[in-house]
Amino acid sequence: MKSGTRLENGIITAFTLIVGLVWIFPLYWSFLTSVRSEENVVTEPGIVPDEFNLSSYVDALFNTKLLTWYFNSIGTAVIVTVVVLVISMMCAYAISQMQFPGRKLLYLVVLASFMVPAQALVVTQFILMNDLGLINTWAGIILPQLIVPVVIIVYKQFFDAVPKEMREAAVLDGGGEYTILFKVYLPLNWGITTALAIVTFIGVWNSFFWPFLVITSEDMMTIPVGITQVTDAFGIAYARLMAVAMLAALPVVLAYLVFQRRVTEAVMISSGVKG
Amino acid sequence: MAMLENRRKKNLIALSLVAPFVLTFALFFFYPTVKMLELSFTNAPLIGDGDWVGLDNYRRLLSDRLFKTSLINNGYFILLTVIPTTAIALCIALMINRLSGRIQALVMVLFFLPYVLPVSVVTEIWAWMLDFQFGVLQPVISLFTGKPVAVFKNPDWVMPVIAAVTIWWTNGFNVLLFIAGLRNIPVDLYEAAALDGATSRQRFWRVTWPLLWPVTALVLTLQLILQLKIFDQIYLLSAGGPFNSSYVLLMQVYREAFQLNHGGYSSTVATVLFAIIAVVSVLQFQLLRIGGRR
Repeated sequence: MKSGTRLENGIITAFTLIVGLVWIFPLYWSFLTSVRSEENVVTEPGIVPDEFNLSSYVDALFNTKLLTWYFNSIGTAVIVTVVVLVISMMCAYAISQMQFPGRKLLYLVVLASFMVPAQALVVTQFILMNDLGLINTWAGIILPQLIVPVVIIVYKQFFDAVPKEMREAAVLDGGGEYTILFKVYLPLNWGITTALAIVTFIGVWNSFFWPFLVITSEDMMTIPVGITQVTDAFGIAYARLMAVAMLAALPVVLAYLVFQRRVTEAVMISSGVKG
Repeated sequence: MAMLENRRKKNLIALSLVAPFVLTFALFFFYPTVKMLELSFTNAPLIGDGDWVGLDNYRRLLSDRLFKTSLINNGYFILLTVIPTTAIALCIALMINRLSGRIQALVMVLFFLPYVLPVSVVTEIWAWMLDFQFGVLQPVISLFTGKPVAVFKNPDWVMPVIAAVTIWWTNGFNVLLFIAGLRNIPVDLYEAAALDGATSRQRFWRVTWPLLWPVTALVLTLQLILQLKIFDQIYLLSAGGPFNSSYVLLMQVYREAFQLNHGGYSSTVATVLFAIIAVVSVLQFQLLRIGGRR
């Protein structure tokens, strides 16, 4: 859609850029706050960087349980991501490539569970976790997050699209179903696998409601839950609060910036809109 | 006989492939769903058994003023977010679509970045931006009201502000969907329209808008479902207050279960929320199918 004069395009570009910068301003402002001294933050803060003081970061890292929360977040997010991908991939492969009784019903259940709000289930999930003695454990955080129907749906679409000849050749070579899945179908779909892995990881890292319910001990908290405790501990200390916020956001922001195109791809595909 | 044996073996392999998901699903998703329905007919506390009370909880809902407030607030929040975020995202996507190369990639990052932040980071950033004493946005608010406003403690301000924060946070996702939709519109349609002498306004309403409608419908319905489930931002910014002016359904589910120890009644509210979302989802599915997706 190339239209309009050069001047018009220049104006649109400039305008869009300005709107974008305004949009990101809260993040910029928070970062600026985090690298200022507490006094400077409340006296006369300008919108240009004037100080690069990392003392709030040091304070945030060593005077809170941030490092423990990082450990819990990374551990649970990695486990959830890996398990979700593996069990969803296996299930999608069976639905896509094999004939077995109940295949259609299973896919219907997957599609239907896509519509069920997991948030409505927190009470009974909590009771179940309590019965299993998993309150305040990693397993308690992980288990209810393992059901991500959309991953199965996306994998099924991709497996459906693999040419039948690939499968026939693999069967002739005497490969079993597991071999075919992990040696043929998975390598053919590495692209979508990494894309799904990154968005699943970001999603799990950011999940708040469930970890907030199932964890009450500060030592077991994940980052998004833990940092809400800091507000109480620090009191009114904006630079330190913002330093904590920046550190909490860092891993997902990095993951997004590094794998930008994969994230975009995964978001579009899992919403059913092809880019 | 050998074929039958073979069939059996194949079924077993298939079973072993689907079993991990099916078992997880059954235990941590299906069972809690059934249990929620069951509890909604009892007066059980959060932990422990209760008595069967039939439809009592549901009857109680009808006269529960807090439930009514929650429903209204959920509706108000939907009004404040769904159409505004869709319109804003569409405008931004149209602007980004006019750009190209690196500058386009950069602007996309600017709009999408908030979406990857954890909710508690988002709320802390905005609590600071809007801090009563030192918030950088208070001078802007003062321009309109003449004085600073403690937005999260003010019944008139709290919902619109939380809605604005939510739009800031999640809008990038919608922008992305619109950009994908815009890219799917064949360029020759615009060329044909230009040849016919269509103005840019005509091009938008005659070409872009109708062809983009499936994506618009998708964004609208996804947002509708998402905003029905609102909890995190409200809990962190205003905890449902002041005077319950930001109390929503999921907040009631949480309070009844975890603070008032009413597992049964909480499940009743959850069941209603569940039903509302299920109905909306089915409508979404139908709407998108009629919209001729694929």
